[in-house]
Amino acid sequence: MQEVSLLIGGQAGDGMMRAAELIGRIFNRLGLYAFVINDYGSLIRGGHNFCKIRAADRQIWHHRESVELIAAVNQDTIARHQKELTGDGRVLYDEGAAKYEGPHEPLPIPLTTMVQEVGGISIMKNSAMIGAIASLYGVPLSVVEEVINRAYGEKAAKNIELVKRGYEFAAKNFKPILKVEPVKRDPTPLISGAESLALGAVKAGMKLYITYPMTPSTAILNYLGPAQDELGILLIHPENEIAVANMALGAAYAGVRTMVGTAGGGFALMQEAFSMAGQAEIPVVFVVGQRVAPAVGAPTYTAQADLKFLLNAGHGEFPRIAVAPGDPEEAFVKTGEAMNLAWKYQSPAIVLVDKHLLESYMSIGIDENKVAVEPPEFAMGQEEYRRYRFTASGVSPLAFPGQKGAVVKVTSYEHDEYGYAEETADGIQKMQEKRLRKLSSIILDLKGRETVKIHGDPAAENLVVAWGSTKGAILEAMSLVNRPLKFLQIIYLSPFPEWEVSRHLSKARDVLLVEGNLTGQLGSLITEQTGFRIKKAVLKNDGRPFDPVSLAEKIKEAFGWK
Amino acid sequence: MEMRDFDSPAKNTWCPGCNNFGILAAVKQVLAELVNSGEARPEEIVILSGVGCHGKISDYIRVNSFYCLHGRTVPPAMGIKVANQRLKIIAFSGDGDAYAEGISHVVHAARRNLNMTLVVHDNEVFALTTSQVTPTTKRGFRTKSAPKGSFEAPLNPLHLMLSCGATFVARGFSGDPRHLRSILMEAVRHRGFSFIDVIQECVTFNPIKEKYLPKIYDLNKEGHDVTNFSAAWERASEVERIPIGIFYRVERETYEKQLLGERILAEEKPIPSIKKALQEFI
Repeated sequence: MQEVSLLIGGQAGDGMMRAAELIGRIFNRLGLYAFVINDYGSLIRGGHNFCKIRAADRQIWHHRESVELIAAVNQDTIARHQKELTGDGRVLYDEGAAKYEGPHEPLPIPLTTMVQEVGGISIMKNSAMIGAIASLYGVPLSVVEEVINRAYGEKAAKNIELVKRGYEFAAKNFKPILKVEPVKRDPTPLISGAESLALGAVKAGMKLYITYPMTPSTAILNYLGPAQDELGILLIHPENEIAVANMALGAAYAGVRTMVGTAGGGFALMQEAFSMAGQAEIPVVFVVGQRVAPAVGAPTYTAQADLKFLLNAGHGEFPRIAVAPGDPEEAFVKTGEAMNLAWKYQSPAIVLVDKHLLESYMSIGIDENKVAVEPPEFAMGQEEYRRYRFTASGVSPLAFPGQKGAVVKVTSYEHDEYGYAEETADGIQKMQEKRLRKLSSIILDLKGRETVKIHGDPAAENLVVAWGSTKGAILEAMSLVNRPLKFLQIIYLSPFPEWEVSRHLSKARDVLLVEGNLTGQLGSLITEQTGFRIKKAVLKNDGRPFDPVSLAEKIKEAFGWK
Repeated sequence: MEMRDFDSPAKNTWCPGCNNFGILAAVKQVLAELVNSGEARPEEIVILSGVGCHGKISDYIRVNSFYCLHGRTVPPAMGIKVANQRLKIIAFSGDGDAYAEGISHVVHAARRNLNMTLVVHDNEVFALTTSQVTPTTKRGFRTKSAPKGSFEAPLNPLHLMLSCGATFVARGFSGDPRHLRSILMEAVRHRGFSFIDVIQECVTFNPIKEKYLPKIYDLNKEGHDVTNFSAAWERASEVERIPIGIFYRVERETYEKQLLGERILAEEKPIPSIKKALQEFI
């Protein structure tokens, strides 16, 4: 069984995140499954950035806290992370910027000098570092060169030279850690949640992405900005989140599938427009990337504490679709599904993700055929168009401005079937009921889709319940627990799949909730929706994803297996 | 088409004698003229309005409409234009809507030169909420939210729009609907962001017509050069006499042309496969 786990660190601006991504790509290229997580503060230069890279010859879902190699371009990285090294761990460091004498094996390398020799700039140290790391793991130089060439294109020459120097220096001076054997398998992308959810939306017909920069959803912007022409879409960055959401309403009204991206704080500003999407029945997909809150919180760190906010956002009562994918593949499929459901049921949809899912890279298969445009019902016929026509399903057939003969009136006011303001008791009640009828229609539709996932032993009596990106840490922890264990991953949060959740909860003998918040938000949603009360919980809200090893210990403890 | 083809079945609830009736009539005339001249098909016209007395205009014209949240007439207008630039966009806003709640959007739409028309029903008061100050309320004016009289300096909307880069800046007067109709027609025909601040009497809370009428004059009849920015600024500073008409009009590339060229996003099909995009991650 092959397994690689290392850390690379330096200051912001040292190119550590890029280097980690490329190392992940090198392992992915060899047929290993890689996972790359970045950890950085809210600053552009200085501070401390580090990334962990894990790779193995089987599907992996998460990084590990412990590493066998620290690769440091500064002193700080060594000081901060020494304790994460395994017993036989090593410290690879730029001898021009740091010193290290043990207790772990020191691997000094003259990165600064190498960069000077080729007349490069400081950030290129990371290329020499990549070369050295590749050498330590016995990766063929040709694979590294291929990845670097693809990443840097015409500007690759100096970086390639540095990769070679790093590689050769390490080969000559250091004992290899192991020799990674290539694994023969169908190639999978090494992709982040941000990238895959964007592609899912594109596949479901998104033509317009509107956003205002806010970590962690900026990762979507950073992908779609440069890729927009190739993907046949348009990206707009207007003056603020209120404009973003209202603009999206306008574009969707005019017939364009539109998605917006933000974080919890940005969504707080969008709430009134979110409510209008409910009232005016305008389909818009809202991607909300959670980070540590309240308020500005810790902008670059992950959390799962906005669930109840999102499910209760927007004044008034209206159907909403809310889905929480747990990995990049689910982000692809479920974002596409959210777009389709939003349009079929003319309701706002939320894709609830977090920094950990949006920004971590993972080797995972993505089948693009799992997402296609599902057409909504369009208005035909000769009779006068009624935007809010009463129907049994609650869904009124769509028309867009520009359609001959149709007058399409949408409004934030309560309204009659034609879209004119309505204030009579009977008129208000009827339209409120019409909108809420869509909820039953959505539930019927969801019963034919995957709303929850069961992992592990389906017959086990011990059940772990969780949502979103904690999926990865839980799957990894389960492999360490070594007892019959079942994991219920709840993917749809609204409408809530109580028909599935109740069934699994009633069969379980002992249930444990795992969430990245301190109040057990999913737990209280489950109680509200099913009447079940989950008494055991592993909760934290420290900005960091769960570490599988310590989570496994907590699971054992909770179930009395210690 | 005639004006009455745009009549809606909605019951009109403006106060008797409300100046909005004059604006409504002017708009319907302009819409009919647009259709009759072949400049727009009726289904290609979209109006938007905010919240306040003016907002009801969405209900009172039988044409595509987007009745917005308070202060948010401009962002949906931009969304609509980006989605389908063939659509003709006319947005209505109040002084509370455009200059208080939603001022940021107005600033940016002007800066971008989005091809749309914004008509602000500027009666210097929040009327539908029964009289409170707005950013254009004159000093000393007593309202429920300023019972001792407003002491804040009022905003000059024309100066604001000129400095933001609007390519068409005009002022109308609801007491002169014929003049209003003619500048509205010019505004709608303008390629770029066209802005009209309409000085409007609120018959219930701010009856200013008699006071303003003697001061009003048409600056376009006094040899004003509409391409001269400094002259426009000077005219917009006048308070003893109140100029109405087109202050400023220039051509500049529009937002949507720069963004889209000739693309009509609403008619584009999604790419059939993302295979190539996925390949880049392998």
